[in-house]
Amino acid sequence: MKQINFFDTPKIDQVGIDDRISRITARSIKKEAKVKGLYMILNMIDLTTLEGADTEDKVKHICYKAMHLHDEYPDLPTTAAVCVYPNFVKTAVTELKGSGVKVASVATAFPSGQADTQTKLADVKEAVDNGADEVDMVISRGKYHSGDYDFVFNEIATIKAAIGKARLKVILETGELGNLDNIRRASDIAMYAGADFIKTSTGKIKPAATLPVILVMMEAVRDYYYNTGRMVGIKPAGGISNAKLALQYLLLLKETLGGKWLNNTYFRFGASSLANDVLMQIVKQKTGNYQSKDYFSKD
Amino acid sequence: MSRIAILKTYKIYIGGKFPRTESGRFYQPKFDNKALANMCLSSRKDFRNAVVAARKAQGGWAHKSAYNRSQILYRIAEVLEGRKAQFVAELALQGSTEALAKEEVNLSIDRLIYYAGWCDKYIQMYSTVNPVSGSYFNFSVPEPTGIVAAFAPEKSGLLGLVTQICSIIAGGNTCVILASESKPLCAITFAEVLATSDVPGGVINILTGNRAELLTHFGSHMDVNAVLYCGADKNDIKTLQELAVESMKRTRIREDGDYFDAKHENPYYIFDFQETKTTWHPIEQIAGAGSGY
Repeated sequence: MKQINFFDTPKIDQVGIDDRISRITARSIKKEAKVKGLYMILNMIDLTTLEGADTEDKVKHICYKAMHLHDEYPDLPTTAAVCVYPNFVKTAVTELKGSGVKVASVATAFPSGQADTQTKLADVKEAVDNGADEVDMVISRGKYHSGDYDFVFNEIATIKAAIGKARLKVILETGELGNLDNIRRASDIAMYAGADFIKTSTGKIKPAATLPVILVMMEAVRDYYYNTGRMVGIKPAGGISNAKLALQYLLLLKETLGGKWLNNTYFRFGASSLANDVLMQIVKQKTGNYQSKDYFSKD
Repeated sequence: MSRIAILKTYKIYIGGKFPRTESGRFYQPKFDNKALANMCLSSRKDFRNAVVAARKAQGGWAHKSAYNRSQILYRIAEVLEGRKAQFVAELALQGSTEALAKEEVNLSIDRLIYYAGWCDKYIQMYSTVNPVSGSYFNFSVPEPTGIVAAFAPEKSGLLGLVTQICSIIAGGNTCVILASESKPLCAITFAEVLATSDVPGGVINILTGNRAELLTHFGSHMDVNAVLYCGADKNDIKTLQELAVESMKRTRIREDGDYFDAKHENPYYIFDFQETKTTWHPIEQIAGAGSGY
């Protein structure tokens, strides 16, 4: 494996990225391809609830929703996972037993990541001990901006070592990283430190996921794959609330990384309201009538 | 050498903006075999976008104070007053005599003011306290139906359109309205008035195009709460009523005509798009046994 100097990661051509995105957004997907894409999106969603006001019942609701997206259509898939705070992992595990829906837990002092490593480890341990299949950690953006890339790298590696079989998603919080060069560098650091997934955002900071950001991350994943042969997943999160936008992410994914990444082992959407918009589109395709939110469950 | 006049392209009005139709199509309304303008031939997707805009604006508009809604309707009238000449000219282009055109514009302004006055009064008119045999204070109040999709009268390019719009929005509803196909100029110029008169974007959305093409979409869209049809085509009405059943849309039929008659100044036009909410409020004593509330 080639030695990587994180001070010398590839620079990003912003104009080129924008141009590529404008070509993606000008395309439209219709009919059967659209329906297939919509089903795929549903199956890639990490149905998320990360509010201070979350309760056991709220978590039970979204678990039910993850398994029963819209019972009028029994052929619909489940979502990929449910994403909650560590203290709700136990509830989610019980609710989702046998359904195939994974339980993901945010950890490491989510969303700010401002805590010492011991506290973060304890946070992660709680999630994993309670049965989380996946851990979504945040990087220390403060350390990153101070140029202490070793710290960021080591912290990710430490957490990865601590979670055993669970898959590690590393949240870069791209909205706080400033520019695309930084996003590329943070992606590289996360992957070389052992991330199974790189994820854009916590959903608490704007801007969250955007197409240019995801393209840069996909290219980082591709280069990493060429270097090491290991496939790393990608998860855009936050701000993706309609089906049309989600389909554009899939287009970008297929074109940049290819069909091997087109499944929920390697691609996820972190979203709370996306599922309903996708469902509305599916019902529209099947009945021919534009739909209303009134006819779909809220949680 | 004489100058070649340019033919204005009138764009549609969705969410407070003036986009071209998503379909890229247009048509030219004619009078005396002369093309009057380039109008957007709206597609079902334009309608869909308009409904999304109307839904976004619905809550905010319904929760504005009645007095504020009244002010905004009055403001539309004020701005319209200042642009009378353009409307008179457009009505003349579409075949009206100058005297009739002037009267139509004046009546449109007056009608806006008429319905502006009702904004903070119709609720009192249509609310009731209901006698019940139990220790409850029982009362009913009207609430906006939601999004109203409307076909404006074909024969009346301005006054007919304005009458429908102001009676719908006075009651806290938002609307998507399809302008007269043969006389669409004033509808879009009226949209320019709306865009500069404090009406929040999305409360009123105006499309131009072909009624037959959009009819079923108006009727079948699940997020539309009511349909208003101005016209007398029995097949159209039957189609709309059948489609409306699926989402239990309120369906109202009004005449196609010039709308000059004072009978169109009518608070029941507001009540057409209201739902009645009844509340049972527990009180101390059984009604009739003296004051319990």
